[in-house]
Amino acid sequence: MQKKSSVEIVTEWDIVAARQLGRNKAKEIGFGTVDQARITTAISELARNIYLYARFGNIHIEWIEEGDKKGIKIIAKDKGPGIEDVRKVLEDGYSTSGGLGAGLPGVKRLMDSMEIQSEINKGTTITITKWLR
Amino acid sequence: MEDLEREYHKILADYVKEQSERTLYIGQNFVRQLIRRNISPEDVVSLHKDAVETIYPAQFDELRLAYDFLIEMMVHYGMAMREHQSLLQKQAEIQMEMNIAANVQKTMLKTPIPSDMTIDIGMLSKPLKNVNGDYVHFIDDKKYISVAVTDVVGKGVPAALCMSMVKFGLESMEEYAHDPEHVLGVLNRIVERNVDDSMFISMFYGCYLREWGLFYYASAGHEPAFLYRAEENKFYDLEAKGMLLGIVPTTKYKRSEVLLEDGDIIVIVTDGVTEFRRDDTVDERQVVASLIHDVKGLPAQSICEYLYSELEEMQEFELKDDFSVVVIKKV
Ligand SMILES: Nc1ncnc2c1ncn2[C@@H]1O[C@H](COP(=O)(O)OP(=O)(O)OP(=O)(O)O)[C@@H](O)[C@H]1O
Ligand SMILES: [Mg+2]
Repeated sequence: MQKKSSVEIVTEWDIVAARQLGRNKAKEIGFGTVDQARITTAISELARNIYLYARFGNIHIEWIEEGDKKGIKIIAKDKGPGIEDVRKVLEDGYSTSGGLGAGLPGVKRLMDSMEIQSEINKGTTITITKWLR
Repeated sequence: MEDLEREYHKILADYVKEQSERTLYIGQNFVRQLIRRNISPEDVVSLHKDAVETIYPAQFDELRLAYDFLIEMMVHYGMAMREHQSLLQKQAEIQMEMNIAANVQKTMLKTPIPSDMTIDIGMLSKPLKNVNGDYVHFIDDKKYISVAVTDVVGKGVPAALCMSMVKFGLESMEEYAHDPEHVLGVLNRIVERNVDDSMFISMFYGCYLREWGLFYYASAGHEPAFLYRAEENKFYDLEAKGMLLGIVPTTKYKRSEVLLEDGDIIVIVTDGVTEFRRDDTVDERQVVASLIHDVKGLPAQSICEYLYSELEEMQEFELKDDFSVVVIKKV
């Protein structure tokens, strides 16, 4: 089994490809149906943000291990405009869908951890992980 | 989670067997438990899916995909639910901070109410929310008593923050406390310099000379005070022209005066007291005056409390603004 793989996000349909890849990986690692759905949804949100705000980017998915823990790590990377105020976008209610729970705070809650690195005009890298329980 | 699975399986199996109302009631209690334990919708569907699989093993293969699809859809409801929970938590934190702020403010804005044999003073100031945008400040000197009634236009936290500034301004000018024009003039400049243009502060500043029974006052855009003349059994407005604080730095304030006779009453209010319009036909000041008249014989503090309880009731216990009243009664 391949430990790493990635999808370039160029068109909207690449979001679907990223979802598919994430779901397959999550299944291989051993996540149940519900967590597969959560992981896929998180990937979908990140890929959609790349498509909407950065135009192009890359979703990278890998299997991770730490001691006897197994998990999945997703890195969403783009060279887009960057996020001006990272703290703000992590506040509930900031996303344009406001109050529907979607957006980055929602992604954070679906996963075990999320890390955002962003620089204006340089790009954004968002890393999310979830451990198998 | 495993205990929930077992329990749910049993409830569902019972229901499939006998469709009793009792089982549905047990189900309802089970859902309460799920909600209490923050189980999200996608987990509930998954719970159901597993139970159905055990109860109908033969037919299940055809249904599995439909359940998986529903789980996928429900993930979004789960996200909304978790956001809701996190917002509730945040709200509770803000609420707690507000309560602490309100206590800090209460301590900070406490002002002892002066009185002696010739003058009876009452005061009541109730914030609409937990922090107050009204402020009453007394200074009790051997020769005089001065009173400032302040209203920051606006409510809640911004108004309360402004209030602290007014308090410290008043306290730093205690040696001028007998001089309304001077106090208002200085405060006007402080406010003009320190507060942004969207905030307005009105103030009624009065001073009572004990020996003479003379009350003189000036006003910065504040609601006129009421004067009840006992001998004439009539109400007058204590009006004084003057601009709100903080608008024009060079504003000058002018004093007016009245000589108080025994039984005369001065009532200084903020507009939370007089603005309770239900329709345009009531003259609110008339209503307040007649309430004062009803209880003019009572002690000053009781008059304040009577006004509050009557006006609160008139507004169906939903006041629209901070509410402050000072009653000064010559006895
Ligand atoms: N990869 C990115 N590059 C630049 N800006 C981004 C990126 N991802 C997010 N943002 C900015 O952060 C904001 C918040 O994103 P988030 O996904 O939380 O909400 P949203 O996309 O506005 O709404 P939705 O709830 O539909 O996802 C976006 O509006 C966008 O301005
Ligand atoms: Mg988004």
